Amino acid sequence: MIVKAAVKHLVIPKLLLTSGTATPPPPGGRDLRLDLFRGVALWLIFLDHIPQNVVNWFTIRNYGFSDATEIFIFISGYTAAFVYGRAMHERGIVIASARILRRAWQIYVAHIFLFTIFMAEIAYVAATFENPLYAEEMNILDFLKQPDVTIFQALILKFKPVNMDVLPLYIMLLLFFPPMLWLLIRQPAFALAGSALVYVLAWNLNWNLPAYPNGVWFFNPFAWQLLFVFGAWCALGGAQRLTAILRSPVVLGIAITYLLFSFSVTLTWYVEPLSRFVPIWLSDWMYPIDKTDLDVLRFAHFLALAAVTVRFIPRDWPLLKSPYLRPAILCGQHSLEIFCLGVFLAFAGQFIISEWSGGPLIQTLISLVGILIMVATASLISWYKQIEGRSPAGRIKAPDADLAGGEA
Amino acid sequence: MKLISALIATIALSCLPAWAAVAEPQPDACDVPASFIESEIDLSHATDEMKDKHRLDITVLGTGSSALAGPEGVRFAYPARLEEALKQQLPGSEIKVTAHIAPKQTTANMLGGLDKILAEDKPKLVVWQAGTADALNGVEVEDFRTSLDTGIDKIQAAGADVILMNMQYSPRTASMLDVSVYADVMRRVAQQRTVLLFDRLAIMQYWNDAGTFDLYAATKKYDMARRVHECIGRVLASQIINAAHLDAVRMQTTR
Repeated sequence: MIVKAAVKHLVIPKLLLTSGTATPPPPGGRDLRLDLFRGVALWLIFLDHIPQNVVNWFTIRNYGFSDATEIFIFISGYTAAFVYGRAMHERGIVIASARILRRAWQIYVAHIFLFTIFMAEIAYVAATFENPLYAEEMNILDFLKQPDVTIFQALILKFKPVNMDVLPLYIMLLLFFPPMLWLLIRQPAFALAGSALVYVLAWNLNWNLPAYPNGVWFFNPFAWQLLFVFGAWCALGGAQRLTAILRSPVVLGIAITYLLFSFSVTLTWYVEPLSRFVPIWLSDWMYPIDKTDLDVLRFAHFLALAAVTVRFIPRDWPLLKSPYLRPAILCGQHSLEIFCLGVFLAFAGQFIISEWSGGPLIQTLISLVGILIMVATASLISWYKQIEGRSPAGRIKAPDADLAGGEA
Repeated sequence: MKLISALIATIALSCLPAWAAVAEPQPDACDVPASFIESEIDLSHATDEMKDKHRLDITVLGTGSSALAGPEGVRFAYPARLEEALKQQLPGSEIKVTAHIAPKQTTANMLGGLDKILAEDKPKLVVWQAGTADALNGVEVEDFRTSLDTGIDKIQAAGADVILMNMQYSPRTASMLDVSVYADVMRRVAQQRTVLLFDRLAIMQYWNDAGTFDLYAATKKYDMARRVHECIGRVLASQIINAAHLDAVRMQTTR
């Protein structure tokens, strides 16, 4: 544990070394890779949210330490800085802050909408399902017995039912984003160092927000902000500063080695007999690999994944324009709507599996149909925004507004 | 040839009591893949007690899912079924399973009474069912891990082996109650402490997928719940017999 804590401290200076102090304006143009990977991350989050689903064996969480949440939060930070950074440059801090807070409000409303669906579902289960075998598990329905408390706790983001943890995290990140963005534009290295410091302090002082009925937030905002701010830092010129490092074959080698290591360790979680090949000292040092506090091993895994990805998929990758990747890109461009839809579809899909007990075939079908619905909805939103003149295509003169990098 | 037929006869005879004693469910209905039962971890305290005294004292610590409501719930719940299964398979030995069921208690809560239970029961094996109440109450994962570790320390210090038992597979509540994080912790703790894990979650999921039980079914009746507990008791008995090498002990005593 001590060694791991030491590593947690060491990560920070390394990041600092790579950051300069100058403030180049945010690079223009739309990086479709962001939309693509955020779209894919949204699909993966949808799949992972259906517990009984053969298809979620294919999602990346089974092949390494980090999962789609890291991708989603990093890209969200990146696009938030990209979109609101420009707003801050052109319209000033007040307007940019107002836009960020409006976004946070939209996400809050979306979250409460999802909560309503959740309550409807458990009310339905409470009314229709009974089995003495599950007397203990059915205690979850106790939330219905005191709606005054439950609904209030949900409104203040303390009560977050299963799979509803990401949006509250996103809300918190955006609430604190205006000053962070201001600092990132002026003193990027300082801002990143501050973010890393909060991360380290959160680890050492056990900072987290309280949850209802017990415990703490599943995604600790004090820890996960590092990934969001790192994404924002990359968007505001950090990525360019990292170019030299990312081109180095040594870095590539380290990244690939780490990805392979992570894959091998993950394999031992699912193939029990293999776990004996993980030496005691390694598992003592390594475990637990904490998702709540964004374990350094998870963060490093995301960095390695990102390093390998940008190495082999350049910004002008021809396939980004191909119709095959279009569906994922479309979903990534409307991330809030598609994220909420994904959570809802996961509920619905699971409901179907529960009601008509679906085998692997039904599960695969539900997964495919779910993704199709996400794509169709994203296309519809794109079309609507286009006729309303709000899409990049409809606003040729101001390609840098809300949708320039997809939504934040 | 003679040898083989003798062998078959022996196997058939040894199966006979199991057939005769419980008509329902079918003996093979509880079947699970060997990987759920076999392990390289030994229950050495249990082995010793059987060897030296021909007896086995087991304590089951658990919450609501280790019990069954309804008429004679205690008799049909898996702790009693475990005792029955062990008695059948280890004739001539004294088997005692004592269950301490504390509904709604989190793992941390259960630690409170643990010392007293260990002192009174003096078990050689503790089956510790945990996790469901922690998931229901949203106990902090790190606290859950610490509680498990502390409990294992206490049990081992009292000279007993440990089997951790995780949650039930409950597909109808899975969208509201996510136990996977807590199940992962239990698996990891079992691995790190080299104690046995009775993977109830995976076993029940296997039964559901194999069609042994329809765990989605809504019913007020106790039949299925009883059959599930019967099977849990039997598979748990197999795991104990295997890990404590009681087959070998039995052969020595009957020879």
